[in-house]
Amino acid sequence: MLMSWIWAIISAISLCSALITGSGSALAGAIVQGAGAGVELAITMAGSLCLWSGVGAVMEAAGITDMLGRLFRPLLHTVFPSTKQDAALSRDLSGNICANFLGLGNAATPLGVRAAQRLKRGDTATNELCRLIVLNTASIQLIPTNVAAVRSGLGCQSPFDILPAVWITSLLSAGLGVTAACLLGRIWKS
Amino acid sequence: MTDYLVPLILFVTTALALRRQERAYDLMLDGAAQGLKLLFTILPALIVLLTAVYMLRASGATELLSRFLSPFFSFFGIPPETAMLVLIRPISGSAALAVGAELMGRYGVDSTIGRTAAVMLGSTETTFYTISVYFGAAGIRNTRYTVPAALFADFVGFFMASWTVRFLY
Repeated sequence: MLMSWIWAIISAISLCSALITGSGSALAGAIVQGAGAGVELAITMAGSLCLWSGVGAVMEAAGITDMLGRLFRPLLHTVFPSTKQDAALSRDLSGNICANFLGLGNAATPLGVRAAQRLKRGDTATNELCRLIVLNTASIQLIPTNVAAVRSGLGCQSPFDILPAVWITSLLSAGLGVTAACLLGRIWKS
Repeated sequence: MTDYLVPLILFVTTALALRRQERAYDLMLDGAAQGLKLLFTILPALIVLLTAVYMLRASGATELLSRFLSPFFSFFGIPPETAMLVLIRPISGSAALAVGAELMGRYGVDSTIGRTAAVMLGSTETTFYTISVYFGAAGIRNTRYTVPAALFADFVGFFMASWTVRFLY
């Protein structure tokens, strides 16, 4: 429903600002061009997207998720103290974080949801649950394959040269987001 | 450095899979088929949303928006041209991809604006979608401070994307 409203608002805004700026013919042309550009974008992305989904499947089978989980365990215990007592929760949470890290969105969500169900109290989010969701909305990803696919589709010579910037940015955004959640957890009354 | 990192990841992944006696090649093919399916599911959205992005651009609305938000964006050092991307990113993933791809195509993939758009896309998530999936599945009504904390993380992401691109390239 939300997207239907956004779509309606976008067409209204376009119509109004075309009337104001007198760019009616450009707007009419854009409607035809845009639809074609959508197909073009999908085709340029197709190769890289498929290749990296393949690599993701191999990563999962190779046990890289478990290795990363062991690496991240101390951090996990700090942010989610309940994982020290609850082994199943610990497994789901570290699976969720590692799958996100490797860009395996389909594997990450069910694990995260299962962890969320263990972390809730009635219908209220606990502090640890809020942290879990902030961590999931802040995306720490080793290789942002979709973006790299778009870049290479647009003719970029080294589509992965954005990696250092992506790592610094997502680490800081996730780190500060979780820090903010921890601070808010102290002062927020449920 | 990043030129060697990606092929290295490919090799190490395959080697580890082979050590576990996994059929790496077949897994690659399965995954690639999954990717194709994913592409088909997002294709209709890409067509409709890129039409929307082109409409907003041609009608002059994109420029009006970035000029209107320009003081706020410039204050934090975020390129005002990315205003549309920043606004749509937390709401819809495919719309953000459409807006980002248009920005990269218009200003060039290796331009500051194109790179900033790429880093923004790569280091943030569809916040509201993720929140609704998690709270919906877990049956949470009282979300407490999740939304402000998640939006703060997004803001840090947009801010840092602009500054890392400025300093690193």
